[in-house]
Amino acid sequence: MVERADGRVQQAMVQVGRAAIGVIEEYGYWLTLVAESLYWLVVGPFKGRPVRLSAIATQMMVVGVAATPILFMLSFAIGVMLAIQGIYTLRQFGAETQVVLGIALSVVREFGPLITGILLAGRSGSALAARIGTMQVNQEIDALTVMGIDPVRYLAAPVLVAMMIMVPVLTLFADLSALFGGAVFCRLELGLSQIAYWDQATSFIAAADLYQGLIKSVIFAALIALVGISNGFAVSGGAEGVGRATTRAVVWSISYLVLADMLFTYFLNR
Amino acid sequence: MSDDYALEVDSVTAYYGSRRILDDVSLRVGYGEIMVIMGGSGSGKSTLLRHMLALNKLAAGSIRVLGLNIARATGEELHKLRRDIGVAFQSGALLSSLTVGENVALPLREHTDLNDNIVQISAKLKLEVVNLGGFDQLYPAQLSGGMIKRAALARALAMDPKLLFFDEPSAGLDPVVSSELDDLILKLRNSLKMTIVVVTHELESAFKIADRITVLDHGRILISGTVDEVRNSTIARVQDLLQRRSRPSELSADDYLERLTAHVKRA
Ligand SMILES: Nc1ncnc2c1ncn2[C@@H]1O[C@H](COP(=O)(O)OP(=O)(O)O)[C@@H](O)[C@H]1O
Ligand SMILES: [Mg+2]
Repeated sequence: MVERADGRVQQAMVQVGRAAIGVIEEYGYWLTLVAESLYWLVVGPFKGRPVRLSAIATQMMVVGVAATPILFMLSFAIGVMLAIQGIYTLRQFGAETQVVLGIALSVVREFGPLITGILLAGRSGSALAARIGTMQVNQEIDALTVMGIDPVRYLAAPVLVAMMIMVPVLTLFADLSALFGGAVFCRLELGLSQIAYWDQATSFIAAADLYQGLIKSVIFAALIALVGISNGFAVSGGAEGVGRATTRAVVWSISYLVLADMLFTYFLNR
Repeated sequence: MSDDYALEVDSVTAYYGSRRILDDVSLRVGYGEIMVIMGGSGSGKSTLLRHMLALNKLAAGSIRVLGLNIARATGEELHKLRRDIGVAFQSGALLSSLTVGENVALPLREHTDLNDNIVQISAKLKLEVVNLGGFDQLYPAQLSGGMIKRAALARALAMDPKLLFFDEPSAGLDPVVSSELDDLILKLRNSLKMTIVVVTHELESAFKIADRITVLDHGRILISGTVDEVRNSTIARVQDLLQRRSRPSELSADDYLERLTAHVKRA
């Protein structure tokens, strides 16, 4: 009986150990991906093997442009929601005219980057894992390798760069959309004029607030890209494997995003 | 010594996990030779190929490709080597996001400074070689099985390789198309003096194109020799494969019982 319990504890420990090693391996792999991408970006051009600008541009289109309508809708709705909650809360102190301050800061520092990150994790992170995973299953990655075309240079680096450019840009767009949502609601509810609203909003937002949001968004971009790429390259086991990798990429990148956001907010506001 | 052979495989052993897939495999391919690696499905042919392409890591032994020991080679050396070899995968492995023409042009775009017009003309010429002229605008998903194999061959030929690897050229193709591919392989060797390693489980095709044949069985080499040596081999297992006799049971009755009931004892 005791022996059996021991065995179980041991088994559990082995499993925990394996999982831990798996996670550490994954972070190690991220570092490799970043290092290799940097290598190709910096050294590649001198070796006649650059990361192609056209590939980066294509990825920027894929990541960014098509995401704008839905991002506008989501951010606008968040802005309206913040306005509703803000007005409701502040009304209890008779301070509802202060609502713009609340909207402006929470949008720029928190909601803009977060909503953009989550949308792109669902949209681009999953697509990335599926694309690279399918290529892995079809031996397209092997084919690239034996042709002497490094898969990291050809596939991963352009995505990483495109994400790190596009996510901050989209975050700015999300900030504006959310502020606009807040403006529309404040106008309807408080009769606050657009000019007064934007005047207040811009005066409340300091450069530091904006930077905080944008720095976060760059980190989010890297996380989404790394999770998507590493899950894609790790696919084995056919179409089912691709499905698993896609789901995993979305779940993990959103989890990492929220965790990173918390840590970041904590350290930046001490 | 290393310059005498295009490909030297020495005592290679390989595993997937703890399963041994290749066991002490050695073979040599001379320049300008067509070597056919033959064996039943699952005998380890594709695995051997992956090792020769430095896609998998060796557990033991060494492999020299065009004189380069690929296990010891630096990234740069491997990169240079890869410009001199062409590979047509069993499934084709064309990039599905690119057209057939772009697929064939890809190695040229990545490895040469040729201007785009020349690249496109070269790609079209390679497609003509494999009888796919005029199909360059199609995507891989729009091609039939035989066309995919031929397009993959065209891409493998893009850089005019010294050494060509072709995994299962005839698998899943009708006899006419498969015979056309065999003719093409012979033509490549005869006119371009290319060294060609073909992996196949098709006897007919093997005997038609091979200079020499290596027969793999359960990860071991049964025989490696000229077509006639293989045909006249007295090794029973080789004759079984040639006559398409089904595999005789290698297990004793006890072992067989053990295999069937192993899970009961473990529990
Ligand atoms: N990626 C892999 N992981 C684990 N086992 C594999 C893998 N690829 C092939 N195998 C196994 O290795 C053996 C040889 O496979 P393979 O080299 O593809 O044979 P062949 O090409 O001769 O049909 C088979 O038993 C197969 O199940
Ligand atoms: Mg095979």
